[in-house]
Amino acid sequence: MATVVTVTSGKGGVGKTTSSAAIAAGLAQAGHRTVVIDFDVGLRNLDLIMGVERRVVFDFVNVISGEATLNQALIQDKRLENLSILAASQTKDKDALTEEGVGQVLDQLAEMGFEYIVCDSPAGIERGATMALHFADHAVIVTNPEVSSVRDSDRILGILQSKSKRAKEGGKVHEHLLITRYDPVRVENGEMLSKEDVCDILAVKLIGVIPESKAVLKASNTGVPVILDDDADAGLAYGDAVARFLGEDRPMRFVTPKKQGLFSRILGGGD
Amino acid sequence: MALFGLFSGKKKSSAAAAKERLQILISHERQNRHGPDFLPELQRDILAVVKKYVAVRDDHVSIRLDRAGDASVLELNVTLPEN
Repeated sequence: MATVVTVTSGKGGVGKTTSSAAIAAGLAQAGHRTVVIDFDVGLRNLDLIMGVERRVVFDFVNVISGEATLNQALIQDKRLENLSILAASQTKDKDALTEEGVGQVLDQLAEMGFEYIVCDSPAGIERGATMALHFADHAVIVTNPEVSSVRDSDRILGILQSKSKRAKEGGKVHEHLLITRYDPVRVENGEMLSKEDVCDILAVKLIGVIPESKAVLKASNTGVPVILDDDADAGLAYGDAVARFLGEDRPMRFVTPKKQGLFSRILGGGD
Repeated sequence: MALFGLFSGKKKSSAAAAKERLQILISHERQNRHGPDFLPELQRDILAVVKKYVAVRDDHVSIRLDRAGDASVLELNVTLPEN
């Protein structure tokens, strides 16, 4: 039985694809056979973030429409043998994702022995996003500590709780909150919502806090999931989040400002 | 933290303002989430009728639909101004 983990947010640009790539790579690193699927038909980017953009021959929609087999479309990651990528189609329109078609592909992936199926949802609440949500067992809600992102996350939670397959069958999708682009200095100065504020408002269990980090852009520039960067705070924070997802208890790191020297504190440096 | 900050006086932080605004907005949106689609329109129409006779503020009218057993209760709350 495969577990479907949907990474979603409502709002665009908050780090869904970066988080999908990191979580999928983290689960594979932990020894689980994992596949990550791009649901953003027409605007695919997961291939680029995973560094496999030149290896895409067939995609998700090709498989649904029967033009290719799943084995032909799956791209095996070259760094992690447990990890495969299924790219979205760049040309076809979103209506190509049917509930029946998506369901069949997910079933087939489970039969192939994948333990985790990570679904990278597109922004918005259109078909691609609702399809990614529909089959979720777990949902990772990616939120920036910023008003519009928090509001959209709440909207997505509403959809999860009413429209997902689990909800319709009287069950519940496991919800996890992942706060990204967190700046502890600005939080301390009262310029940014704190992780406690966001948790209070959304009432979802926090699975991780990813600090604002230069490593994220560097990782996407080079097509390497940031979780594989052991020197980066963001990579380590994703590692912690995946460990918590798998049931480990780990303290939050990188959530308080780094210690400043006396001199820069007096002069007000670091703001 | 900084020396300059000591003299600028205490202001409510913008993060606190963000949290307050979000809490109000989201609780409002959650109320409507499970109601039927016509509820917001109904609320607008009722507000228009009440306004014909009494000057009430938009946010002083709340409407909700509760289900108890086999009956639904439409609850309308209008806070009238003093005098």
